[in-house]
Amino acid sequence: MKLRLILPLVLLAAPALAQQAPAPVPQASQPAEEAGLSGEVSDESDWQDLGIAIPAFATDANVPTQTSAGSTAATGIAVAQVITADLKNNGLFKPVGPDALPRPAFEQVQAPEFGVWSGRSAEMLVQGYVRATGDGNLTVGCYLYDVALKQQLAKAGWVVPPADWRRAAHKCADVIYARLSGESPFFDSRIAYIAETGPKDHRMKRLAVMDSDGANHRFITTGQATALTPRFSPDYGSIMYLSYLNGSPRIYVYDIERNSQRLLVQSTNATFAPRWSPDGKWVLYSMAIGGNTDIYKIPAAGGTAQKLTDSPGIDIGGSFSPDGSKIVFESDRSGSQQVYVMNVDGSGQQRVSFFGGRSATPEWSPRGDQIAFTHIAGNFRIAVMNPTGGSMRYLTDSWQDEAPSWAPNGRVIQFFRTARGSGKAGIWQVDLTGRNERRLPTPVDGSDPAWGPIRP
Amino acid sequence: MTTRTSIGTMILAIAASAALGACSKKPPAQLPPDPGGAVATTTDTTPGTMPSGPAAGSQADFVAQLMGQDTVYFDTDRYNVDSSDASALTAQAQWLMKYPAKRATIEGHADERGTREYNLALGERRANAAKNYLVSLGVDASRITIVSYGKERPVALGSDEEAWSKNRRAVTVSID
Repeated sequence: MKLRLILPLVLLAAPALAQQAPAPVPQASQPAEEAGLSGEVSDESDWQDLGIAIPAFATDANVPTQTSAGSTAATGIAVAQVITADLKNNGLFKPVGPDALPRPAFEQVQAPEFGVWSGRSAEMLVQGYVRATGDGNLTVGCYLYDVALKQQLAKAGWVVPPADWRRAAHKCADVIYARLSGESPFFDSRIAYIAETGPKDHRMKRLAVMDSDGANHRFITTGQATALTPRFSPDYGSIMYLSYLNGSPRIYVYDIERNSQRLLVQSTNATFAPRWSPDGKWVLYSMAIGGNTDIYKIPAAGGTAQKLTDSPGIDIGGSFSPDGSKIVFESDRSGSQQVYVMNVDGSGQQRVSFFGGRSATPEWSPRGDQIAFTHIAGNFRIAVMNPTGGSMRYLTDSWQDEAPSWAPNGRVIQFFRTARGSGKAGIWQVDLTGRNERRLPTPVDGSDPAWGPIRP
Repeated sequence: MTTRTSIGTMILAIAASAALGACSKKPPAQLPPDPGGAVATTTDTTPGTMPSGPAAGSQADFVAQLMGQDTVYFDTDRYNVDSSDASALTAQAQWLMKYPAKRATIEGHADERGTREYNLALGERRANAAKNYLVSLGVDASRITIVSYGKERPVALGSDEEAWSKNRRAVTVSID
């Protein structure tokens, strides 16, 4: 079960997201793309309502594969189902999946029968194919058409090892989403979180990882030592998290490929709140010395730590701006938890949250224009503000929502919600508009979601 | 809890077999007002022997002698030692002075109405405040370690002020 089989999507990869991408997929012959939708769609209500037909992906020859989905034909159905679920579960468009639609023949993939689809009131059509490459891998092609205009809007293709077949589906969903919404992709990404079981006074807390749709779930730690607050490295090679492994809370760096881990900092002091810089070269951590917690920065590869804060209060957490120049963090130096911004060297520390109550767990959006945080005034609610503390908006309203984590494209936020009384926690997400709030499917209760970047 | 009981139990098991042969499970029932169940550390029971009193200087003895004063409580977001905390810590210090070879761990906790990471730092701060008070009473600082469990180890399970006030605490556990 190698999760990190490199060798991802060779054929097209990122450039496919640009609408001018060439067509490296073998059968792709039609270059025509250009203008699909007139200009960039900015009004969300327009594109959110688009009806999209996603019939089963075709195959040129139905042969056995090593995928969990079965033969190439069965995988073709499963790919279309994954794409449909991605869009539907996130409240994007009005997708109709393969179970309710006729399956196009392989030859029709690039020559759709538009009449059939307009007759079904589909505005957009996604077609594709799954082919065995002969060396055990699969080629997955993905085409998006505007039914009314009878035009191809986007196309992409990938060669994937069988274990990664779902990634091809997520990449295709990303192509569709990016082309129709004008936003950056986010489906092909992973989430680290804490899986919780057991009674409230004896919760077992385990480090776990999963795909953005909950698939490919894996427990990493056994639960013997309480694990908390994971963060994926930007390259998905490792996870930093807090563990009580030898009795005291300290940050470990877990290497996903080697299944080994090391202490981030050799110290008898408690360390918590690990954070990566966007380029993966730096790490923030918070360390308590004699009851006083401050934030430190250290090269991810090891080296000398630099103390960034020096207040007698609790300074903790931290999240880099996407350009790496600033850090937003939390401090109670004013008497209660509030959000502050500083330069990356620790200079220029300034409070930005003035909303009454407490403001905690700030996370800078990957787009740079927003900071998500937990606002505490009675209830705990997820909120966003701009980096200078303006335009504060609530996204959720529940008894206890905390610890927001951004989708790679900065359009969706995950957090965890704790139930009053039972203390049971679940991972939820909501989009930046405050809509499409939903609980993510996890095998057991979950907390501390940490959404990683889009996979290469 | 896992950590504490494993260390505590192991050491106590050794102490018990060496000194006594058996210790009873020490029910916190005899503790006065603050039930909390704050002290969950138990000792092994060796089957077949009659339980007798806790060994002098053991964790069980500490719990029995302190009668609930092994735990001090804090106000929301606070970590200052008030007068009732001070008398509890004074009792702890007296016991620790009586057994100068014993070491202790102070576990700092927070209630569930805080964010997870902040509560870890807050628990650390509370444990440290209790430690500093013991040190001010003459207990050697090197005998005391602190560990924060944040909001991860509640003793009172409700979601109301009564439960939260029991969970905002620092618990002293003697470890040998």
